[in-house]
Amino acid sequence: MKKENNQSMPELNKNTAGKFDVEKIRKDFPILQRMIKDKPLVYLDNAATTQKPQSVIDMLVYYYSMINSNVHRGVHFLSEQATLAYEDARLKVKEFINAVSACEIIYTRGATEAINLVAYSYGRSHIGEGDEIIISEMEHHANIVPWQMLCEEKKAKLRVIPMNDEGELILEEYYKLLNEKTKFVSIVQISNSLGTINPINEIIKKAHERNIPVLVDGSQSVPHVKVDVQDWDCDFYVFSGHKLFGPAGIGVLYGKAELLQNMPPYQTGGDMIRYVTFEKTIFNDIPNKFEAGTPNIAGAIGLGTAIDYLNNLGMYEVAKQEYDLLEYSTQRLSELKEVRLIGTAKHKASLISFVLKNIHSHDIGTILDSEGVAIRTGHHCTQPVMQHFSIPATARASFAFYNTREEVDKLITGIYKVIKVFG
Amino acid sequence: MSELSDLYQEVILDHNKSPRNFRICENCNHDAEGFNPLCGDHIFVYLNMSEDKIQDISFQGTGCAISKSSASMMTTILKGKTKQEAEELFNKFHEVVTSKIGEEQDLSKLGKLAVFSGVRDYPARVKCASLAWHTLLNALKEEKKSASTEQ
Repeated sequence: MKKENNQSMPELNKNTAGKFDVEKIRKDFPILQRMIKDKPLVYLDNAATTQKPQSVIDMLVYYYSMINSNVHRGVHFLSEQATLAYEDARLKVKEFINAVSACEIIYTRGATEAINLVAYSYGRSHIGEGDEIIISEMEHHANIVPWQMLCEEKKAKLRVIPMNDEGELILEEYYKLLNEKTKFVSIVQISNSLGTINPINEIIKKAHERNIPVLVDGSQSVPHVKVDVQDWDCDFYVFSGHKLFGPAGIGVLYGKAELLQNMPPYQTGGDMIRYVTFEKTIFNDIPNKFEAGTPNIAGAIGLGTAIDYLNNLGMYEVAKQEYDLLEYSTQRLSELKEVRLIGTAKHKASLISFVLKNIHSHDIGTILDSEGVAIRTGHHCTQPVMQHFSIPATARASFAFYNTREEVDKLITGIYKVIKVFG
Repeated sequence: MSELSDLYQEVILDHNKSPRNFRICENCNHDAEGFNPLCGDHIFVYLNMSEDKIQDISFQGTGCAISKSSASMMTTILKGKTKQEAEELFNKFHEVVTSKIGEEQDLSKLGKLAVFSGVRDYPARVKCASLAWHTLLNALKEEKKSASTEQ
């Protein structure tokens, strides 16, 4: 007899709603139960990527087992189901960042592709010779190189907001950079190598006084703070799903509808057209205009599930737990006279970057790894930040809501071991 | 499971703490720059070559303990060697650090460099150990362009 495949839609574990219970929450993440080198995994590399709750993993399995099909095309049952789930996830993203409409949510491969999309589409149709684009000294390479390439091509100029030695942007310098040639501002909300939370409200307000559009790189913000693109009045907002406890290979570009409608397509092909003849093509409306080809359907649906997971926990609870971890780890690391913190801004996210005497961060990383502690070492794709502090690299511990004070203690124990090995 | 002390052997820690030949050598007539874009390790190797022999060799730069001690030990071992001898040694060294985990390693002819045999258990660190050597090869070839572990 044939066995019927009748798996049902996975349900969210709502046991964790209400009172924040980190031990309960950790059980939702299968990878946090595993051992690394005979020691329990202490995962402190959340700014690089986050771990996935069981519900997200289940959703990917469910999608491929039960409703895999192409979207926006077929009239058959599965295609309908896949399209519904794919568009439902877009609505969840829209709610999560408080966009006005779901058509303002464009799925991309990640934050990098989203920035490239804006640099190519908006940039190449609005930036000309002699124009200026403003970024900051603490940008990730993904928010430097696309603008640099654009400037080179258009003979435009890239201007950089400097930062102080605490790792805070010097706003007075930003105000001075703004002028009639400024055509775009692209700025990171939370620095991935310093943890600095930038005052994007103020940055956007000042740019808007001159009608300059602003892109905000929210890659490090979405997992930690309540995003409100309307309140902040961002023109564009980008982030990656994998940093939000969702799958890799899916990300989001939010853009104000009016801007997106007037932008030329970034890639062309199927699904982004309305009508094609060999003489002329009429493009589809947003968001489809910017989603050429078969998208990462499972990734988008999985991202929606990750958002459900976070909503269930509550972003306020998430932020509270992470703030506690930041405070505690800063205090514990400050006890070590060998440690120099890199990034001591007043407003910081739960991320701590440091150097240890003259011990290279990779040696720190390898020794911590032998204790099961995963941190990131290197320049974190922010080489200008390293240049500012005249260091080649830092060690970075970045926290998520599922981390604990006990894990911070293990990090500290590991650092003692590093100091011992290198004497 | 390999022990951390197999990677960070005393000799390596010592060369990291006080790197030998950490300077620009006199009468330098060959040099090259090496860079590992993944981790930012950055090194310069300087050679004084005459009659096909390495008369003097030195290095400068920044990097982790593995890359710095590898460069330092390389300079101590290559002084007086011919170009061909240096290349042969590189091949032996490369074979050992990139050998498969669990496979037997031929440490003969490696001399002091045998202390790097533990690196192969840490795949992420193999590039650290070999950066100085890749840079040396470029210096020997008189190529002025950057060596990169990503080539």
